[in-house]
Amino acid sequence: MTKRTEYSHALDLQNGRVEMAHGSGGKAMAQLIDELFLQAFSNPWLEQMNDQACFTLPPGRAVMATDSHVISPLFFPGGDIGSLSVHGTVNDVAMSGAVPKYLSAGFILEEGFPLADLQRIVQSMARAAEDAGVAIVTGDTKVVERGKGDGCFINTTGIGVVAEQLHLSGNRVQPGDKILLSGTLGDHGVAIMSLREGLTFETTIASDSQSLHDLVAAMVTGVPEINCMRDPTRGGLAATLNEIAQSSNVGVTIYEANIPVKPQVSAACEFLGLDPLYVANEGKLVAFCPADKAEQLLAIMQQHPKGNEAAIIGEVTADPLKFVQMETVFGGRRMVDWISAEQLPRIC
Amino acid sequence: MKYVDEYRDGKLAREIAERIRSEALPSRQYNLMEFCGGHTHAIFRYGIPDLLPDNVNMVHGPGCPVCVLPISRLDTAIELAVTHNVILCSYGDMMRVPGSRKRSLLKARAEGADVRMVYSSMDALKLAQDNPDREVVFFAIGFETTTPPTALVIHQAKKLGVKNFSVFCNHVLTPAAISSILDSPEAGALGLLKLDGFVGPAHVSTVIGSQPYERFAVEYSKPIVIAGFEPLDLLQAILMLIRQVNEGRAEVENEFSRAVTRQGNERAKQIVDETFEERDSFEWRGLGFVPRSALQIRAEFAEFDAEKRFPVEYRSSAENSACLCGPILHGVKSPRDCTLFGGACTPENPLGPCMVSSEGACAAYYSYGRHQESLIAKESA
Repeated sequence: MTKRTEYSHALDLQNGRVEMAHGSGGKAMAQLIDELFLQAFSNPWLEQMNDQACFTLPPGRAVMATDSHVISPLFFPGGDIGSLSVHGTVNDVAMSGAVPKYLSAGFILEEGFPLADLQRIVQSMARAAEDAGVAIVTGDTKVVERGKGDGCFINTTGIGVVAEQLHLSGNRVQPGDKILLSGTLGDHGVAIMSLREGLTFETTIASDSQSLHDLVAAMVTGVPEINCMRDPTRGGLAATLNEIAQSSNVGVTIYEANIPVKPQVSAACEFLGLDPLYVANEGKLVAFCPADKAEQLLAIMQQHPKGNEAAIIGEVTADPLKFVQMETVFGGRRMVDWISAEQLPRIC
Repeated sequence: MKYVDEYRDGKLAREIAERIRSEALPSRQYNLMEFCGGHTHAIFRYGIPDLLPDNVNMVHGPGCPVCVLPISRLDTAIELAVTHNVILCSYGDMMRVPGSRKRSLLKARAEGADVRMVYSSMDALKLAQDNPDREVVFFAIGFETTTPPTALVIHQAKKLGVKNFSVFCNHVLTPAAISSILDSPEAGALGLLKLDGFVGPAHVSTVIGSQPYERFAVEYSKPIVIAGFEPLDLLQAILMLIRQVNEGRAEVENEFSRAVTRQGNERAKQIVDETFEERDSFEWRGLGFVPRSALQIRAEFAEFDAEKRFPVEYRSSAENSACLCGPILHGVKSPRDCTLFGGACTPENPLGPCMVSSEGACAAYYSYGRHQESLIAKESA
């Protein structure tokens, strides 16, 4: 790879900071791109240095998704904003049954942000993209004045291709479908919560942030009849189930006893007055499939390292009221409602 | 999970539920009030009404600190943050509660006020130490459970000589609220419901002990069973209340003996007593003005009293006239009786106190119990 020009001094990636000039379109920006982004994301499309990437997609229907990442703190156990920005979009594309292929990356950086942190984030993105089999083929960098951003925001857009015979969608779920969850709930949200300012709560929980493209590929190859998949991120499993119930005009019943939650997550939620059903995940999926395929799909998921704690957690019912209900471990029933806003801890 | 799952054992629950069914006399109704919002929340979260026979009716009391805080006090907190430019520290579940003109602490923050969510009173004091050029006010709310930490932080601030820290005190008292319900002219005049007994508070009782409830058992002939917040605690307490009613007893019994003693936590009570004194009267959402039902900071700690430190004045704020929260908190109406419930008044847009927090009766009905409505509709169709 050749540099566009020779720079008098190399970018100070140890002690340097983002300056307004890095977003100005001038030489400083070119240097940031050359010495940081190109180094990390290196691929033939990016190296052409065009304002766009031009590529041919393999046969199938194209799938596209976008996601902006504004997480605080930027670095957390189990990941950082860089890896998360890849996983989030890769998973949104993959939930259609597609194979994710290409990503764009848009950075909004705050003046004064340490270049060492930016390098860490960018390298983490590069590793996550490589793991997910996607190339970051186009990008953009803007710098905002100090105090007008929160260090680093990243938007990624992903493109993938889904096989013609696959038709996964939130409005295709049928009464009688079984609901499968790929693993434990709440790891990401609790990991983040434990780091947030004002909460000194020591826990060993790491975020579950990971790309699910390979788990999805195994699932749709084995059971192409899957009606829908979603990754329960913000709003948690509760929000996802309510979205599907609304889109497909169905009811949902889940069984609390079947829902996997790590003991540490459960304890943290108990302590904070949170409900794991509403806590965010970044590396789990929920799948809806015909009942006669459920056991087969479960076996496929459990054989995969990203689904070895998978469980059948409930089923879809015919319900014009589109209620999501849960049979509690206690033997009673309750609604699992949409959450109205962010979950806030109760005081007692 | 150790010490949690044990109290959520479904098999044991079904056994106790079976005993409740066999001991509750079919010839009569049992109206039992759980005072605490924590109990209300647990009842719905675990689907306990499904396990009870039809003639055992749980009535939801006013023990939700967020719900009963009057709008006027919330408005004052918002005013402190907006007009007096303080760093206002609040517990999380107070942040979203709408005050006058639907303005909440979260909205005030969006408009530029410096409102911080804290997990403990000590976090607020630390903020004051870290920001010596700013006034920091801790928005103290809650029943006897959260009062000792507030007392402690005031003592700590005095000891450390922190000059930019004060407390906006809204601590309220459980026994006074129970008296208000039992003496309520509303309950008497409407005469719709006779309460047969109380499930007594869990965490509050760890502080005040079981002794303060004894006069209710004697003066009002009402059985009281203090219960933990776990679902098995609740079922066991309900069984104990039914037995008392059946045997014509009215005693204070303690189901939560793993945490509650007759005397309570003497050290906590002592520091609370050193720091606070009773107010002559305090306004409760839903209950109105209740005599001797809240605490204020004693004169010797006046420098830490936000009400003395800042020129704030009391302004009354009217509730929606169609709101039934008053009668609901007195146990004479159910959320289902309210025309606003689920339509004009929802957890996203609460008009009355019971819809405000997940511990409020209306919010619990709405969030956890709405499927019951469809069952009722089916049965009557």
